Amino acid sequence: MINILVRYWPELWSGLLSTLGSSLLALVGSLILGTLFAFMEISSHRWVKFIGRVYVEVFRNIPLLVVTMFFYVVIPMFIAKVNGFTAGTIGLTIYTSAFIAETVRAGIEAVDTGQMEAARSTGLTYTQAMVQIIFPQAIKITIPPLGNQFINLVKNSSVLAFVAGFDLMYQGNVVAATTFNTSDTYLAVGLMYLILTLPLSYFMRYLEKRLA
Amino acid sequence: MKKFVRYLLPVAFLFSLVLILSGCGKKSLSQQDVLTNDRQSNTITWGVKADTRLFGLMNIKTGKVQGFDIDMARAITKQILGKNGKAKLVQVTSNTRIPLLKNGNVDALIATMTITPDRAKVVDFSEPYFHAGQAILVKKGSSIKNIRDLNYKGAQILGVQGSNSVQNVRKYAPKANILELSDYAQAFTALKSGQGVALTTDNGILYGMSVEDPNYVVAGGAFTKEPYGIAVNKGQKPFLRKVNAAVKQMKKTGEYQKIVNKWFGNVQGFEEGGN
Repeated sequence: MINILVRYWPELWSGLLSTLGSSLLALVGSLILGTLFAFMEISSHRWVKFIGRVYVEVFRNIPLLVVTMFFYVVIPMFIAKVNGFTAGTIGLTIYTSAFIAETVRAGIEAVDTGQMEAARSTGLTYTQAMVQIIFPQAIKITIPPLGNQFINLVKNSSVLAFVAGFDLMYQGNVVAATTFNTSDTYLAVGLMYLILTLPLSYFMRYLEKRLA
Repeated sequence: MKKFVRYLLPVAFLFSLVLILSGCGKKSLSQQDVLTNDRQSNTITWGVKADTRLFGLMNIKTGKVQGFDIDMARAITKQILGKNGKAKLVQVTSNTRIPLLKNGNVDALIATMTITPDRAKVVDFSEPYFHAGQAILVKKGSSIKNIRDLNYKGAQILGVQGSNSVQNVRKYAPKANILELSDYAQAFTALKSGQGVALTTDNGILYGMSVEDPNYVVAGGAFTKEPYGIAVNKGQKPFLRKVNAAVKQMKKTGEYQKIVNKWFGNVQGFEEGGN
């Protein structure tokens, strides 16, 4: 296994960087999109709420690979050219955002309703109360499940391998196909995924402790 | 320090897994004598393609794979085991075929597999049973006429992971980018949606795609020689000898030519042997 790591380090390293890049982009994107749709889901406007629910239910229940393939092969036929990396990252962002929306919504709803009533009675508007009182408390509740989503996101980024996104899994496949040494290659790839996910896992645990 | 040790536990676990895996399996399935096992069970397990028209393609209506490789596998099974011998077909892709052979899931591969020196280091090949050559598939009316037209920066060529055609193309068009997809069906879909300007692999496979969608044509003829072989595990010489004898016998009786005609007789522009 060591010789595979040494010999194919440039390929595997570039794969690791692609995985990291795609994961970071998708993490930021899905956090923003997810929070947005979470607020839509709890909105009092019927139509806004409806759109939020439809988005979440659709993308939560379609496999990530299907969403990604859609962006990789269907969009380029009609709209614009999308390369594998972009298609994978967009798929990853949309897919994860649906889960994050659910997590954040659950967090907001877990905050006692008395908080909102108390805030409103002091004269804050709904938005002010939401942003200044409810949301900070909801964040604390959502940290552990969010951590799970982020770890899933990094692992799910292996979907890029299917659309030639040059990520870690893709490079792993290439190395395995060139060396024919599949067991060692995939163990090395697994180890490299751990390099990405373990620190994330421990950081989330640390955050949880700090904020609790 | 204690904490640090605990953090490293998952890594240590993975490492021990490596050690265990490399230690065990001295007499794995792939090292038992295939011929004896197959005679006992009256079945030969073949690794075949299911995404490659003409060679091995899943017929959606019947749910069965059919093609040149499939007919060859069936005929060779009959030659080795007798009239009642059964051929069990397992689907493989270019990327999974060698691992599946090596871990003993299949007895032999007849899956559009070119005999190359690199592969011959890990598996044993039969005599060539088909002579293909690598070519490119482009959209009808494309300005790309042969492989050299693709040797420019930014050219996107599509291929399939684990096929030697992606390695060949690096020699002929070193400036181009190569995107490797997981199977031929996916690579062809990617070509249709414009992810690349050309798809490269063996001409036999490309003609199959051209038959499927006449908007795509094989350009410039074959630029390499790709002899297909049947692959078996190392140390299975008795089985390999039987396979070679079977193919030889089929060529003698004309059964081989019959199968060739059945699949390639109507393919426009097809010539066995490449260049």
